[in-house]
Amino acid sequence: MRWLADVHVRLRPGIADPEGQTITGGLHALGYETVEEVRAGKLLRIAFTAADHAAAEEAVAGMCRRLLANPVMETADWELRAEVESEAGEIA
Amino acid sequence: MSAAPRVAVIVFPGTWSDRDFLHVAGVLGWQARAIWHAETELGEADAIVLPGGFAHGDYLRTGAIARFSPVMAAVGAFADAGGPVIGSCNGFQILCEAGLLPGVLLRNDHLQFRCDWQWLRVERPIGPWLAADELAPGDVVRMPISHGEGRFYADDDTLDELERDGRVVLRYAEASGAVTPDANPNGSLRGIAGIVNPAGNVLGLMPHPERASEAEVGGTDGLRLLRSLERWLAAQPATAERLS
Repeated sequence: MRWLADVHVRLRPGIADPEGQTITGGLHALGYETVEEVRAGKLLRIAFTAADHAAAEEAVAGMCRRLLANPVMETADWELRAEVESEAGEIA
Repeated sequence: MSAAPRVAVIVFPGTWSDRDFLHVAGVLGWQARAIWHAETELGEADAIVLPGGFAHGDYLRTGAIARFSPVMAAVGAFADAGGPVIGSCNGFQILCEAGLLPGVLLRNDHLQFRCDWQWLRVERPIGPWLAADELAPGDVVRMPISHGEGRFYADDDTLDELERDGRVVLRYAEASGAVTPDANPNGSLRGIAGIVNPAGNVLGLMPHPERASEAEVGGTDGLRLLRSLERWLAAQPATAERLS
């Protein structure tokens, strides 16, 4: 069956994130002075097929470990769900 | 070894310094060949160059896709066997992603792409690319940098290990050789501009030695790394046997 995984790749805590700091400055300039921190990351939406939920989880974990995140500097977490008919167009 | 060094210059989609390396190799009389990333064989090679550029568009992360290019298995085997490998700029990023060197190169701390001449302090001449008879500790050399993602990062334990084992070979410096925050063009931890693997045969550096190898373009300090390779190869009995 078809699955959708939203993979979030983030810089590890403590690693300086100049992009996030710059965005923070932009938000402050717009008057959002209570913004304390922005951390920039990536969102990767992956459509794929797998036999069942366990197989889909295993596949996403492998993708993250082997390519999508570099553990030296990044972490990855994801939300996985079976694709429903109405989302087919969004992926295509 | 009397024959000219045979050098494989790896070309990924998006590599841009391959022709500069090939040009300089030609000036030096080397037998240099461009090897497309989809190849699985390097042919006869005494050394491998991973040039700068934006392999595979730098998509996902710099070097992240390149490390899985078919040619990288042969590059890894060549490095593991002690063969000289140099990765400059994007090549350094690829070596880190491939696990041939530790750490990673992050976005410059000021977010700017930095293209400039840069002074570097030689910390420790070691291995084929930094031979002691070409370079001495404390020497200050000048080469161009050209990158948006050159901020070397590794965790503290890895950094301490690199320092302890003398594997930090180049640092960003002032013309005087002083390593200062002002001399650091990208926020690299501990001012690191270049490191080697434990055996010293794999060198990764953000600067471009191939762009500092002719007086006409502003400097020749990059030649000292290339002359180092020539000397090192000449002193290798194993290489001489392969050539005979």
